[in-house]
Amino acid sequence: MLSEKDYLVGDTAWCPGCGNFAIREALAGALAELKIEPHRLLICSGIGQAAKIPHYIKANGFNGLHGRALPPALGAKVANKELTVIVESGDGDSYGEGGNHFIHNIRRNPNIAHLIHNNQIYGLTKGQASPTSDPGMVTGVQTGGVVTPALNPLALALVLGAGFVARCFSGEQEHLKATIKAAIDFPGYALVDILQPCISFNKVNTYGWYKKRVYFPEVSDREDWDAALKLAREWGEQIPLGIIYFKPRPTFEDALQVLEGEPLAFRNFKPQELSALQDEFR
Amino acid sequence: MEINILIGGAAGQGMDTVMNLLGKALVREGYGLIYTKDYMSRVRGGHNFSRLRIASGTPWTTIEAIDILVALNEETYKTHKDNLLPTGRVIYDPGLFLLPDHEKRAVPVELEKLAKEAGGAIMANTVAVGALLVLIGLPPVAVEKLLHEVFSSKKGVAEQNIKALKKGYEAAAEYCSACFVLPPKERQSKRLFIEGNQVLGMAALASGCRFLSAYPMTPATGILNYLAAKSKSYPVVVEQAEDEIAAINMALGASYAGVRALTVTSGGGFSLMVEGLSLAGMTETPLVVVVAMRPGPATGLPTRSEQGDLSFVLHAGHGEFPRAVLSATSHEDAFYRLNKAFELADRFQIPVIFLSDQNFADTHRSVEPFDFSRLGYNRHLVGEKDIQKPYRRYLLTEDGISPRMIPGVAEGEVVLVDSDEHDEKGHIIEDAATRVRMVNKRMNKLTALAEEMDEPDLYGDPHPQKLLVGWGSNYGVLREAVDNLAALGVKVALLHFSDLWPLPQKRLLELAGRVKQLYCVENNATGQLAALIRRETGLAIDRLILKYDGRPFMPHEIVGEVEKNA
Repeated sequence: MLSEKDYLVGDTAWCPGCGNFAIREALAGALAELKIEPHRLLICSGIGQAAKIPHYIKANGFNGLHGRALPPALGAKVANKELTVIVESGDGDSYGEGGNHFIHNIRRNPNIAHLIHNNQIYGLTKGQASPTSDPGMVTGVQTGGVVTPALNPLALALVLGAGFVARCFSGEQEHLKATIKAAIDFPGYALVDILQPCISFNKVNTYGWYKKRVYFPEVSDREDWDAALKLAREWGEQIPLGIIYFKPRPTFEDALQVLEGEPLAFRNFKPQELSALQDEFR
Repeated sequence: MEINILIGGAAGQGMDTVMNLLGKALVREGYGLIYTKDYMSRVRGGHNFSRLRIASGTPWTTIEAIDILVALNEETYKTHKDNLLPTGRVIYDPGLFLLPDHEKRAVPVELEKLAKEAGGAIMANTVAVGALLVLIGLPPVAVEKLLHEVFSSKKGVAEQNIKALKKGYEAAAEYCSACFVLPPKERQSKRLFIEGNQVLGMAALASGCRFLSAYPMTPATGILNYLAAKSKSYPVVVEQAEDEIAAINMALGASYAGVRALTVTSGGGFSLMVEGLSLAGMTETPLVVVVAMRPGPATGLPTRSEQGDLSFVLHAGHGEFPRAVLSATSHEDAFYRLNKAFELADRFQIPVIFLSDQNFADTHRSVEPFDFSRLGYNRHLVGEKDIQKPYRRYLLTEDGISPRMIPGVAEGEVVLVDSDEHDEKGHIIEDAATRVRMVNKRMNKLTALAEEMDEPDLYGDPHPQKLLVGWGSNYGVLREAVDNLAALGVKVALLHFSDLWPLPQKRLLELAGRVKQLYCVENNATGQLAALIRRETGLAIDRLILKYDGRPFMPHEIVGEVEKNA
């Protein structure tokens, strides 16, 4: 049996003190506790600091293009439904460049856990606004301060019909680990938006800034969509953490009868068995 | 001996129904034919038409001359009457419009009225088929069985249609019975009546394609439709992506995880895919992309044909990486060649682009049944027993091809692919030496890949003075042009490329030294194959015959251009 440490591989290229470390450890802990073997696990990512995660966790990895982590994850899930598929990337990758895939994969509802490192800033390109940057944040590009309202990923996911919507904070590592476990176990698309400080470029949303605001609300009915939306819209002085909505619905894979049985990737095949295909043209 | 039929009307008048019924019935009877479509980018109205040519030896292309014109509206008559031969006939509905008194070729058939008598105006097309049958001397029974099959699930509908068919037959018989003589039948070998896109869809499925992700785009959508219909009973998943970017990235994920994957599009959609194509090159993930060309730039002429994207697909994607480019020349060849695309993709772990166009995609032809045992399914995958541990996805090898394992087959071993430059294990690197080794590894594959390219097909005079060079869907029209020129005494041959990249050069260079004039015939404005040939071989083509009005060549146009230059 593998321990948390066995999943931690590679030399990280992150800044000391980055919130990414806690997220990586929480993920490794979750994988160890769920006993997911590395060869049966696939992590897909895009580009960005968070997107380097497939290099730092022992797993199969598809470190693809910026914004395009979800599409290959969907394709891989179709090819081999037995793989546990995690998509892990940053806020720019998932909500900006990859916004269209975020929208439509929530609608599809594949059995994929989507972990988003949300530091409200672009780290890899050194400090431009991200879709989740708060208005007023001054950067080298947004010199007069961000003017557009921030994208609200939780509310968007709820409106699109996501069955699992959660928010975490890298400073609450045990809670994060438990939430990642729940997201992986959830049958369907599971969104975990993880707040994390970017110690190099985000001087507004610091560790202390988050720490002061986050709290764990009482959620009496996790299937109460209206209550979830209300929590999703809370931002500012108080930021709620936790699984704010939890309600499975049929998955993308459920609708594909062809996936019943052995994974497509392992099925044998001989072209000559299909020669009857031409009969309809006679 | 041949019969050329043109049916035209507004979009939505059901010309396809007529041609599909008649075409299939004729092929079942043993006749050889081709059926091409010319349609506008609209669902209703406008002017659409289809041509059907029945000739011995199975015609390779349709021509301009018309024996029977079926004018479902007045515009069709006005547009095409000058190409209707003096011996021709025009079938029309006098209830809808009248022909001029001097038109002696008229065969008035009250399509709508007779259809209503049979049970509903919707069957006007079936009445027209009946009229066509009598003109070409084929008894209604040839279509009756087909109508039973088509409407097997709708009670009474087949009977009504047969009634309509017979009414059309009887009405037209008053004017002209068997006034056109069908050519001799082909061999009775249960031939197929099949469209280009259906050939490609069937070839993909029979090549073991398990995943197609695409965004609908004319003229590639037919492949999507074919495989989607099959996904109910065959192990293939078809997903309509939110955009072409998603489509190619989904296909790459599926391929990475172990299945043969395909995406299909046209030029505009392929523009969105090029970053993904580059990713396929960097991650060395097998992928087949069918690009069904239509005229650009931008939205261009959405439902028409062009060969304008050869240069684009040759160079698409940032950075340098190996790829193969193949093309559809004929229905017979395309079936096996798309399989070759899958085989090359798997063997060399590269993206393979298969160029089609509207001219190929939408054309039906009668063809011999395909030999499925000729198709390959060689995945070139390794398993737990074959690998050195720890597994290295990008192991450096002499030919550049690393043993490819898919995720989940070896306990404790993982498969890591990366769009960043990487080391043998797939981890991000930035050092110069590894970078150079990895570029060399990838590009080395081109050497063995080039050996897999088929030399262009040579047709015509074995000692030509003029050599026509072509590629893709122009194969049929060029063959016919060569035949026509030969009949005029011109010593001419066709050298036709199916595999385009890496460019096979041997046969071209051999012939080029022996002929007086080299022509390149292309459906584009700049002569893209000619430019490729010049770049790769230094050989200058003497003359370009180009057409870029969105319509495929007709044989007489090529003959005229070559003769002008005689």
